[in-house]
Order: sequence, then C-alpha cells, then structure tokens
Amino acid sequence: MIQIAFFFGAIGALGGAIAVVALRNPFYSVLALIVHLVALAGLFLLLHAQFVAAAQVVVYAGAVMVLYVFVAAYVGQQEEPLYEPIAGQQFLGPLLGVAIFVELSIAILGTALSSVSSRGPTIPLGFGSPSSIGNLLLEKFLIVFEGASMLLLVAAVAAIVLAGQRRGDAEEGV
Amino acid sequence: MDVAWYLVLSALLFATGAAGVLLRRSPIVILLCLELMLNAGNLALVAFSRSTGNQDGQIFALIVMVVAACEVVVGLGLIVAMFRRRLPLNVDELRNMRG
Amino acid sequence: MTATAYAWLVLMFPLLGSIVIAINFRALPGRSAGWIATAAIGLAFACSIGALIQLLAEPGDSRQLTSTLWTYAQGGGLDIKLGILVDPLSVFMCLVVTGVSTLIHLYSVSYLTSDRGFARYFSYLNFFVFSMLLLILAGNFVLLIVGWAFVGFASYALISFWYRRETATKAGMKAFVINVIGDVGLVLAAFFVFRDLGSFDFPTVFSAANQQFHTNQGVVVAICLLICVGAFAKSAQLPLHTWLPDAMEGPTPVSALIHAATMVTAGVYLIARMHPLFELAPTAADIAAFVGLATLLFAGTVALAVTDLKRIIAYSTCSQIGYMIMGVAIGAYSAGLFHLMTHAFFKALLFMAAGSVIGAMAGNQNIDRMSGFRKAMPFTSVLLLIGSFALAGFPGMSGFFSKDEILTFAANRGGMYWIFAAGGYLGAFLTAFYAFRIGFRVTRGEPCPEARALEEGHIAHGEPMNPATGEPEDTDVGFPGPEHHIAEREVPMRVAMGILGFLAIVGGLIQIPGVDNAIENFLDGTFADSRFASTAPTSGDAWLGLAVGAAISIAGIALAYYCYVARPGTTARLVERFGPVHSFLKNKWYFDEAFDSLIYRPLVGVGRFANNVFERLVVEGIVAGAVGAVRGAGVVVRGAQSGFVRAYALLLVGGFAALALYFLIVSH
Repeated sequence: MIQIAFFFGAIGALGGAIAVVALRNPFYSVLALIVHLVALAGLFLLLHAQFVAAAQVVVYAGAVMVLYVFVAAYVGQQEEPLYEPIAGQQFLGPLLGVAIFVELSIAILGTALSSVSSRGPTIPLGFGSPSSIGNLLLEKFLIVFEGASMLLLVAAVAAIVLAGQRRGDAEEGV
Repeated sequence: MDVAWYLVLSALLFATGAAGVLLRRSPIVILLCLELMLNAGNLALVAFSRSTGNQDGQIFALIVMVVAACEVVVGLGLIVAMFRRRLPLNVDELRNMRG
Repeated sequence: MTATAYAWLVLMFPLLGSIVIAINFRALPGRSAGWIATAAIGLAFACSIGALIQLLAEPGDSRQLTSTLWTYAQGGGLDIKLGILVDPLSVFMCLVVTGVSTLIHLYSVSYLTSDRGFARYFSYLNFFVFSMLLLILAGNFVLLIVGWAFVGFASYALISFWYRRETATKAGMKAFVINVIGDVGLVLAAFFVFRDLGSFDFPTVFSAANQQFHTNQGVVVAICLLICVGAFAKSAQLPLHTWLPDAMEGPTPVSALIHAATMVTAGVYLIARMHPLFELAPTAADIAAFVGLATLLFAGTVALAVTDLKRIIAYSTCSQIGYMIMGVAIGAYSAGLFHLMTHAFFKALLFMAAGSVIGAMAGNQNIDRMSGFRKAMPFTSVLLLIGSFALAGFPGMSGFFSKDEILTFAANRGGMYWIFAAGGYLGAFLTAFYAFRIGFRVTRGEPCPEARALEEGHIAHGEPMNPATGEPEDTDVGFPGPEHHIAEREVPMRVAMGILGFLAIVGGLIQIPGVDNAIENFLDGTFADSRFASTAPTSGDAWLGLAVGAAISIAGIALAYYCYVARPGTTARLVERFGPVHSFLKNKWYFDEAFDSLIYRPLVGVGRFANNVFERLVVEGIVAGAVGAVRGAGVVVRGAQSGFVRAYALLLVGGFAALALYFLIVSH
C-alpha cells in the first residue's frame, strides 16, 4: 500500500517537474509546479511529516503559487525564442543534469551513506505533528525562527522597493 | 519503504530543476526551476529526518520554505520591475555583466 | 541579601546613572543630572557598606566569595565568565572609591553648575566610577582588562572634557596612549597566565601558580613585570608618568577623582590583588619597589619647582602613589592600602580646596600669582591647610600613620630594604616642604588682587582663556562655563570638603600601632597566605618609625615656614643661585623632551626611511608586479564573461558536478 502511494507521489512529483521544464508557456509551468508541490506534500505525509506537508500545501501550493499565477498573468504570455544564443548550452545543460543525478545516486546508493538509508527507527507517536514541531520551533530553534521572520520582513520591504511605483516610472507613463 | 528511494527521487528532481535553470530563458520559469531544486532539497531533508528519527530535519525544511518564499518575493519583484521598464523578459537579453 | 548581591548592586547603580543621564541629557533640568549622579554613587556606597556587613558576618577564613552572572565562552579549556570576586580587598577598595567619589560628585554639582556640558560631565563621571568598580570587583583577568580599558577611556573622555581646548584634547590623547601601553602589558600578562595555568579566574590562577611555579621562575617574573607595566601606566610611575600632570587639563573635580578615588590607585590595587604572583617573583617585586621609590623621589623634587597649583598636587600624587607601589611591592599590603585610603581623603580634599582657590582666581592656576587668601576664603584656607598637614604627615593626621607604617615595614625587613625606608623618609621631607609650599603660598602673605576683590564681596571674572597658553576662549559648550564657584558660597562644596577634612584628620586613627589594627585585621582575609604576614613590625618599632616621621615632617614644615612666611623671597634667591637645577626640576627632569628625542623622533625617522626607500622600491615593485599578473590573468578570464547568466549557471553546475565527482573518487 505504501509502495503504491509512494509511486503515485513520485510519478506526480517527477511528472510535474518535467512539465515545469518542458512546457513553453510560463503559465502552464506554474500550474505544473502546483501539481508537483501537491504530490511532494503527499510524499512528506508518507515520511511522517504532517506539519511540513500541511505547510507545503497551504503556504507553498496555496499562497506562493498564487503569487506566481498573478505575476505570470500580469506579464502575459511571452514565448521564448527557439534560437539558443549560447554555444553548447543546449547540449551541456541536460548532460550536466544527468551527471548530477548519476553522481548523487551513486553517493546515495553506493557509498557510506547507504548505512543511513534504511526504513529508519520506529518513531514515537506525534512525530512531525504540529505540536511537536511547534515545540521545537519555539524552544530549541527560537532564534532560527525569529531570524526567519526577520528575513521575511526584509524580503517584503525589498519587494516593495523593487516593484513599487516610483516617480521616475510615472514620468514614463507606466 | 526504504528511505533511499526518496533520496534518489530527490536527486532526480534536483537534476531536473538544474537542467531547467540551464535551458530555459524566461525568468519566471527559471524561478520555478529554482523552486524545484529547493523542494528536492526539502524532500531529502525530510527523508533524512525520517531515517534518523529526529525532527530537526523537518524544521530545516520549514526554514528552507521560508527562504524560498523570500527568494520568490524578491525574484517576482524583479520580474515586475523589469516588465514595468519594458525590458524583455528573457535573461539572455540582460547582458550588462559582459566582461 | 548576600555580599555578592550587594556587590552587583554596587556595579549596577553607577552604570544605571550613567545611562540614565546620557539618554535624558536634554530633558534633565538644572542641576538634576548632578543630583542623580551623586545619588547613584551614594547608593553604590551604601551597597558597599552592605557588602562589608555581610562579609564581616562570614567566618574569617571564608571571606572570598565569587559570583557569576553569566558565561561568555566555555569550551576548549577556555572558561570566561562575567564573574566577580568579593573579598576584603575588593570591598575595601569599593568603600574607598564609592565613598570619596560620592563627595567628589557632590562637589562637582556646584563646581560645574554653569558649564554647558553639565549632564555629559556627570554621565562620564558615573561611567568612570563604574569602570573602576568593575576593575576592582572583577573575578578574572578578562573582566579586569575590560574594567581597565573602560577606566582608560573614561579618563580620556574626562581629561578632554573641554574638547574645544586643544591642550585638553592633546592631554586626553596622551593619557589614553600611555594607558594603552599599560593595557598591552596587562593583556600579555593575562595570555601568559592562561598559557601556563590554563585559567583566567583569580582563585584558580593563584592556587595553580603556587603549585606550578617555583620562586623566581622566568615566566612568573615575566608575568609580574608585564603586570607592572600595566600598573605603572595607570598609576603614573616612572617612566610612564607623563600623562598625569597633563591630565590636569580636565576640570578640577576630575583631577580629584583620578587622583584620589579612581584610576591611579588601580595600579596599587592590581599589585595587591596579584600578590600571590609577586611573592613568587621577588625580583619583579623588588623592581616594582625600586620604581616606586624612584618615582616618589623624582616627583617630590619636581613638585618643589613647578608653579601650576594643580600640577604641584599632581606630582605630589605621583610621589604618594610611589609610596603605595613601594609598600605593596615589598609586602606591606595593608599598610599600602591604608595609605591609599588616607591619601584618597587628603588628596581629594587638596584638589577641592585648589579648585575653590582657582575659582576665586578666575581660572588662573599659577601659584606665583596667589597669595593671602586667608581672610578672603577662611573656609577654603583652613581645609587647604588641613590637607597640607595630612599630606605632610603631621603627627596625628591621617597621612602620618599610613606613610610611616610602610616605611617601618621596609626598615623591619632589613637588608637592602633599608634603602626604601631611607628614601621614603627623604621623600617625606620633600613632601612636607612642598605641601606647605602650597599651603603657605596660597593662604599667607599680602592678598593678591583677586583675594582683595573677594574680601570686598565679588569674585574676580577675567576674560575666559586657556590658563596654560593664554589663548582666548568663549564659555559655550566645550569650554569652561562663565561662572566660577568657590566653597564659601556653595553649600554642596562646603559639605564635601568638610567631610573630607574631618576624614583627613581622623582617618588615620583606625589603625594605630599597638592600639587598634582595624584595616590589617580586615584585609587579613585576602593577605593571610602572604609570606610577609609574620614580618610585620612590632608596635615598638612602629612607634619609633612614627617618631622619626614626625620629626621629619615637622622639620619640613618648619623649613617651608621659614622660606615662605618668615623670610619670603628665600626661594627666589635659591632659584637665582641654582638656576640650572631649578630649570631642570621645573622642566620635570626633561622627561617629555627625552621621550620626544629618544622615541618619537627615531620612530618618525624610521617611518620616513620606510616611506622613501622601502615603500618606493620594494612595495611598489611588488604591487606593480601583482597588478601586471592580475591584468594578464584578467585578459584570459574575460573570455568567459559572456554576460549570459545561464552560461554562468552552467559553469556553476559544472563545477558542482566536478566537485561531487572528486568527492566520490576520494571516498572510494
């Protein structure tokens, strides 16, 4: 049963990922990424990370992707030219992707890392539940948590500065 | 279900994302591919968290999500700014860094 | 509350006062900043008394309490805490520092009323006291160094308080630079201690030192000499004393604070605190004692010749600190600290009286222009004379008991330590003479114009100018305020001086040989392990020493009376006769000039040579070569700078793949 669930999730995640890269319309890429994220959330559930899965769906697939959809709709359809100006990129890009995958797979399956790759220990009740994650965030990782919130604030300010209307823009009639 | 499966899937997703960053030219899609890579990393983190029975990895994944959100906000802000200035939405056209 | 809790409060109040005043300096009306500062130090004094009471309640052999607020760094054998050590020595120092500082704050409330930097002044002043208390209460080398450096900064800020006066800012810099030399010594000493003993905490260090070092081992002598460098710089001992007379550029109460309570006594405290190390390094201790002796004689002679009222007192401080350094270096710890206490009383009193006189002189500090203030300023004159009597060691006054106790101890140790006793008595004669050079010149003789004006009821007000150079000034912020204040017209000044005058008279009575031994008994908690504890002189010897001291003191005072009152003009004839000697003394033995020609000019010469030859040929050659190499490489690399972000990303991912490949190969 778990195997079946895993393969469904894996196929969803991988299919979504490939669709993101392959589809020529950015708007469709965004939608494909949503599929990918939801599938990934399912995999998180299989790994007993309920809270991360929920955050993935609500925050990521929900809020962040809505932002993407808005921006993609705002800038409109802009098809990429087929012509590739950088010599060798068309060929080296996928090659390096495959190389990285092979290397990482060897690292995971063929080296000392394989000792950690097992089913993992039996885990206590409530592993990955909102309450235990919340406890960790507000006790052990409080400073990290606060730092992350500061980072978000800074990013929000940066976005306003970058995308906000400026006097110079108004003169250009934008 | 062996955790190695998850890790291999994560490697595959990461490689897909990396290839996408290298091949695509629309800044929105490049951002999306970066998301793919970050999510692949998240999957590995959660998988390791499962294999060691320690929830710290999940916290890491959450923080990575925060960082990804920040990156999205700034990246999309840049795209909107580019659009407003009528710059072409194609990273190959932005060649001011040519040496 | 425990003694350590009180000690933390002692630290807290001055810091709090400093911060509160610094933040609210615009909002505080009138003199309130001064009152807040005074109250802060007064509370610290009350808490010091609390700590004393709590400490006395402990049994005699367990009066060493430590307390840690938090730990800075722990691991790798390193253990640095924000920790204090409360023992009889630190509580004694706290009492002296906070007690005298309270009175100085009180005095300043009046003295600086018209100054535009009133609140800033009190913020600095509180910070100064806080730094000193931190230094005293520090329970490990790290915190000690922090306090030590804070004191250096605070002195810089206060000496340069009138920051538009160029001489003042230069004096501040001088004090700071010389203090930093001392800091370097202390920091190096701390490194040595940590390297060999593996700890910064005082109790651990001292017990480990006794086991690990044998007497006069090279490293412990080196540690002690480095500590001495720090102590000499703070305590203005030869040859690092030159900042102290220049520090007179600060406001007069600051001089009182530096000389009586904070700063210069830090060196004495440091040597007393480090006594277990110094007893393991008798060579270093003897060197320190000799430096103390040399300083006390040198400064005593200079005080005979300089004409600036405050500088005379400054050299007198140098000289008296010389006694204390000598005392703690030869093992007379309680006597040295006893002298530190009495000196704090009478030196603060002398500075306050001098400040009052300078106020009456409209800022002029030249002693040649002062005379006959006896009638115009009766209160100030009486207290100035009390201070002079105490400084001169007149029988029964506080300086009498404490100074002679050090000298008797030296004589009692015998051998070459007789030199210290003999030199000390010679210094005592000089002290008595210059003390009354001040006392008689200011109070006796024909009243000078300013004194006459005061007798008629108004304070002289000259054009504001720099007393050292005569440059014109205004009275805005950064310069002294327009009003001058004298003790006769200001109640807070009178109160502060009155209390100090009382203490200067009776302060010595708490430790009379054969009668009572309060200080020595109390400090025994810190110095019980001293190997000199048994060599203290008997009360018979002590009384003999006191008799000699009394005779010398009276002889000095009599000579001063002869020279300045009975036959005025005697000194002028002496100056004519021994012109070269006088100018040698007046120029402070040419120490500043010697530093200038021996250290400053050669360094500038080396710098110029380095600039002209080394820089031009070697450095620029290397730089030119490097530039060429980089430019050549740049031409090669520029090809890769296509400007395509994705091409860069490709290189990045390629690099990542190559690195992963490398690790895979290595790990197999």
